[in-house]
Amino acid sequence: MNPGSPPKKNNWSWRSQAFRGVVYQIIAIAAITGMVWFLAHNTLVNMRIRGIQSGFDFLAQSAGFDIGESLYPFDSEESYWRAFLIGITNTLRVAVIGIILATILGTLLGVGRFSRNALVRGLCLSYVELFRNIPVLLQLLLWYVVLTEVLPASSEAWQLGHFFLSKGGLNYPIPVWATGQLWAAFGIAGSFGLIWLYRRWARLQFEATGQPRSGFWLPLLILVACSLLGWALGGAPTELNYPVRGEFSIEDGGALTPEFLAVLLGLTLYTASFIAEVVRGGIASVARGQGEAASALGLNRNQEMRLVMLPQALRVIIPPLTNQYLNLTKNSSLAVAIGYPDVVSIANTALNQTGRAVECISIVMLVYLITSLGTSLLMNWYNSRAAIKER
Amino acid sequence: MQITNLKTLAVVAAALGTLAAAPAHAGKTLDNIKAKGQVTCGVNTGLAGFGAADSAGKWTGLDVDICRAIAASTLGDAEKVKYVPLNAQQRFTALQSGEIDILSRNTTFTLTRDASLGLNSTVTTYYDGQGFMVPVKSKIKSAKQLKGQTVCVQSGTTTEKNLTDYSKANKLNIKPVVYEQLEAAENAYFTGRCIAYTTDASGLASTRNKKASNPADHAILPELISKEPLGPMVRRGDDEWFAIVKWTIYGLIEAEEYGITQANVDSLKTTSVDPVVKRILGTSEDTGKLLGLSKDWMANAIKATGNYGEIFERNVGPKSPLGLPRGVNNQWNKGGLMYAYPVR
Repeated sequence: MNPGSPPKKNNWSWRSQAFRGVVYQIIAIAAITGMVWFLAHNTLVNMRIRGIQSGFDFLAQSAGFDIGESLYPFDSEESYWRAFLIGITNTLRVAVIGIILATILGTLLGVGRFSRNALVRGLCLSYVELFRNIPVLLQLLLWYVVLTEVLPASSEAWQLGHFFLSKGGLNYPIPVWATGQLWAAFGIAGSFGLIWLYRRWARLQFEATGQPRSGFWLPLLILVACSLLGWALGGAPTELNYPVRGEFSIEDGGALTPEFLAVLLGLTLYTASFIAEVVRGGIASVARGQGEAASALGLNRNQEMRLVMLPQALRVIIPPLTNQYLNLTKNSSLAVAIGYPDVVSIANTALNQTGRAVECISIVMLVYLITSLGTSLLMNWYNSRAAIKER
Repeated sequence: MQITNLKTLAVVAAALGTLAAAPAHAGKTLDNIKAKGQVTCGVNTGLAGFGAADSAGKWTGLDVDICRAIAASTLGDAEKVKYVPLNAQQRFTALQSGEIDILSRNTTFTLTRDASLGLNSTVTTYYDGQGFMVPVKSKIKSAKQLKGQTVCVQSGTTTEKNLTDYSKANKLNIKPVVYEQLEAAENAYFTGRCIAYTTDASGLASTRNKKASNPADHAILPELISKEPLGPMVRRGDDEWFAIVKWTIYGLIEAEEYGITQANVDSLKTTSVDPVVKRILGTSEDTGKLLGLSKDWMANAIKATGNYGEIFERNVGPKSPLGLPRGVNNQWNKGGLMYAYPVR
């Protein structure tokens, strides 16, 4: 017998570990499927016996209720699924903006923990300890109370230029949509291409000559220049829709409601404290010698952090950071407590108008599942890029 | 042959026996209530005058008294009620799942709720309509002035849809701010987040009276934008229990019509010669037996809570803190809508 090849395994024997493994898996899957089927079937039968109507057909019916704030106009005669879409966009709006702001704030706080200035270190530490140790629902309620109790009534709003701040929220001027804005958007899209080309050129130059080039200020300049150019090409529209004082409230212009502001503020400040810890942990995980070596090479504090410490820390930071993003998105469901029309709030209303409790709750679960899995996928992809390349 | 005949006879006799026993049988819910010795009643989390607990944990209100009356008619003791406070979203699920026996929580009867939730509307205990409350200093005199304004509202109610309908019909473009909890919606209004608060007019009166620092600072606008018949709901599929709830309420209403009160119910039992009164009090016909209850079921209920008029006056009437006028909730022969089917 050739000693190089292992003896052929009998794949169909109970003694084969691989075979047993497959059998156990089949049994487990069958048990889970059976359980799910049993629960679903039982629920349906019970609901039919009790005369409770079920099914997703209600999604096509006219919703019949208004939604206080939405990214795009919604009419009460539109269908339930359109109402759900509004709720989903409201959830995503607060989640995406919250994630961006929390990341910026959290990174600053995390890096601040390594500052040479004791005051900065102390402030960052107190912030983290304060905000991460108070339940997020309380923080949301606190910000909402602050916004609705402390601010003046809409009729006596604080005014700064064309900005108004009151219990009605923040009102600000918005540009009147014209072709100029479209051109500016094209300009921004075009600038991304230019920035990519520039950065490629800068990297090649760096590798050839060793001269580092700014990877931030020039691209920013390109971005601004391109959008301005597009705007100018489109006729440079300067018309703005200004908010004005109405009889009881501020009218026209753009508006951020106190509900949105409270949810955004609460979630951002809460999650930033956790992100700060994640960032601090990531940086602390990079060996001291790395920083000392960077100093020895003559890099300043800023370069040391940006070029040596953070890229290595990222590998440790990204997986727990993903968790924080997921938490922020899921915590946004608490918004229902302060009247922000997120997907949970819309589902609550739909549930009560139609009585389809099981269906509405499944939709909400599905929405959060898809959002979270999407975030995970995106972050995993980024993680694989930042991870150490094993060679 | 003989044996077979005997056997057949025995089977028939047994069947007859169960048939004979059937009229007194009164459904699973009643059996269950008798077995556990209490009626489980879903009530509001805190709406003064309808269902609210005081600092000692004692529940009072019009909806609560209906529960007490039913406990008295079924178990003979109005105290044997377990109260389950429910918010607007929990209420139907709690009833569907059997967590509560009866939902007495200022709930509006609508077609959708009756036809698709597996529930039955019983008898209207309060005819209401949706209104608006605004701060007096806003100088708003009519709901038509609410154009483009924010209005606070609790989710899970018929209120949300009525508001949208009214806003649409009058081209008002009202912006609703929807809160999950009643208390959150009320607070948002009182802090001035919304220019107006909307719910049933009775609810507005209750909120104004109990939660406002100065009730005189808030005005309820004259427009009522909907019909809101409020009353208890029960689960479908137990007609006997449905009948008990329905007829206990009718009994309370008819007791008022015929002048039976908490104070005179005992003396009327012996002195009354009015056949209707005697029937209600079970001193002539045994109406309770048909429902699977004791003979003095209505007498017990009236003794515990008084008749419908007394319940109304005590909890929400003109002399109570809420001070609601009797209006359409008066007896049919006094210009109101309260018209009880005859207890006979």
